[in-house]
Amino acid sequence: MTQSIAEQFPLIQVIDQDGKLLDDSYKEEITRELCEKFLKQLKLMRALDEKMVNMQRQGRIGTYPLFGGQEAAQVGSAYALEENDWMFPTYRDHAAAITFTNSFNLIANWNGRVEGNIDDSGKKVLPPSVPIATQLPISAGIAMASAYKGEQEVTICYFGDGATSEGDFHEGMNFASVFNAPVVFFNQNNQYAISVPIWKQMKSETIAQKAIAYGMEGKRIDGNDIFAVYFETKKAVDKARKGDGPTLIEAVTWRYGAHTTADDPTKYREDDNEKHRLNDPINRLEKFMNDAGFLSDGWIETIESENESIIEAAVKEFESMEKPNIDDIYDHMFEVNPWTIEEQKAAFKAFFARRANG
Amino acid sequence: MSEERILTPVQAVKDALDVMMKSDENVVVLGEDVGVNGGVFRATDGLIDTYGEKRVMDTPLSEAGIVGAAIGMAMNGMKPVAEIQFFGFIYPAFEQIMTQATRMRYRTMSKFTVPMVIRAPYGAGVHAPEIHSDSMEALFTHMPGIKVVCPSTAYDTKGLLISAIEDPDPVLFLESLKLYRGTKDHVPEEKYTVEIGKGYLAEEGEDVTLIAWGAMMKVALKAAEQAREKGITCDVIDLRTLYPIDKDIIAASVQKTNRCVIVHEAQQTGGLSNDIIRIINDTSFLYLKSPVSTVTAPDVHVPFWALEKAYLPTPERVMDKIQYVMDF
Repeated sequence: MTQSIAEQFPLIQVIDQDGKLLDDSYKEEITRELCEKFLKQLKLMRALDEKMVNMQRQGRIGTYPLFGGQEAAQVGSAYALEENDWMFPTYRDHAAAITFTNSFNLIANWNGRVEGNIDDSGKKVLPPSVPIATQLPISAGIAMASAYKGEQEVTICYFGDGATSEGDFHEGMNFASVFNAPVVFFNQNNQYAISVPIWKQMKSETIAQKAIAYGMEGKRIDGNDIFAVYFETKKAVDKARKGDGPTLIEAVTWRYGAHTTADDPTKYREDDNEKHRLNDPINRLEKFMNDAGFLSDGWIETIESENESIIEAAVKEFESMEKPNIDDIYDHMFEVNPWTIEEQKAAFKAFFARRANG
Repeated sequence: MSEERILTPVQAVKDALDVMMKSDENVVVLGEDVGVNGGVFRATDGLIDTYGEKRVMDTPLSEAGIVGAAIGMAMNGMKPVAEIQFFGFIYPAFEQIMTQATRMRYRTMSKFTVPMVIRAPYGAGVHAPEIHSDSMEALFTHMPGIKVVCPSTAYDTKGLLISAIEDPDPVLFLESLKLYRGTKDHVPEEKYTVEIGKGYLAEEGEDVTLIAWGAMMKVALKAAEQAREKGITCDVIDLRTLYPIDKDIIAASVQKTNRCVIVHEAQQTGGLSNDIIRIINDTSFLYLKSPVSTVTAPDVHVPFWALEKAYLPTPERVMDKIQYVMDF
């Protein structure tokens, strides 16, 4: 008998909306320590997102893309990686990148500073991909190179629901599958591409089912359930590392806020965040931890205050960055600049120098 | 002095790939039909037998996939040489090149770099079907962060391709379809390089500077021959690299001849001749005895091949412009 799409790609959950454990097989692995690590990081990322929005409103950073609501999808998947793995995030995946690198340098990106794209973590995190879906073929290539060189590295590639409509989604998925590349395609289906809802984006019931077309394994997971995200991503990463090929993961989630601070979501969707708050990734984990007896008195207050200090320090560091260096415009185009760029650079500098001298 | 080893440019491509693959196991070739079939023009013929399918990869028919994967490989320590079967097929990969390959060094302040080569046969004149004859090099010379190379001899093809593979940044390597088997010259067996960014004075004269590259070199050289019969001698510059252009060779020649005709088979508006004219304007304005003239394609698409001769520059049309700059 043919299975329906819903039967083939059931929404994988480990805990339900009320934080009740649905899948006993993870009982041993879900330790208090793991839960504490998750909750602290989820709260840290939520607080960061809120801080960034406030800073944008105050004119302290530029346009900012919000990820609030998607913390579990990003934090859980980032924690599933090993030190030497590659990450190719998009412009909405700073929670994933920051969790992986443990560096807040990325904040600077949202204030127009290229320095935000690099950090000292030594981690192989690429700068946030802006042209939608272009990171998929590249991720396939990074992973092909890892396999070619015999490195035990996996590449995780993030993208949103809108990206699945781009040609590069297809080309990247197909390449990865044909070459059996050790890559995990991690889709966050937050159900809106700016203003366009998923039902206008595609006619297929799920994103996960698109994997069938590539002879690839597809999984549909509850992206607001950090355990489902963490364990399913880990499985996919381990599988890729063993040489058993790529996986497409669809993490179903929801962004509470606007696409970026430059748009107003009330123009294109009902304000049903109240409904979605019932499914909040942080509340769900907190409820689970409460039921499991993992929350001691005052611990949440302690971590929240620690988180506040971490963000304060990160913002302070960001705001004490030196002024941008004009040379940076010119000096990272080629290893050795051709005469064209050298001449242009000298001409601009001479102009500014003449102006400065009156 | 090694024995004369006469090759065509398409053989020189393979020669360069072979030399580089032999010396560096991170050099790999990928593209449509490059493996078992050896490339539709045989530019990769036999490489799969020597280096295996892990290094000579037949890929899906997927230009954005090919270039995207090459970008990823390049960032992860490899030296991919991607083949786009015809230059006119590169457009699906345009976004990959424009938004990722050429920006990665800048966006990461040189932490990640893309030492990748994209090879593509270009140009009209071989009775190819539609779209197979495009010469849109200016789309890429306009693009920041990529070098563009276009040789016209077998010797330069090998030397420049080796330089391109060794280059730490993206290089677009354009191979003239018309010249693939349309010319022959000596190609040493060993590894050698021709420097990217340097033109070559293919012929010396006194009266007019002719500037061309790729397939148009033959046209320019023939025109120079016709001019000589009329007592007009030409410097003929083979530009070889289209970005960055060799400013010095142009300035030196134009300051000597005081006249210049630029020949390209690409469309006129936005074509590379405009950049060359700017270089002449900046370096040699007061040396000119006549306006710089051009022989290019009109601002139309490459026609169906029954009319491609009427579209492409010919020695006669170049001669006409040589006469114009002489008579001005």
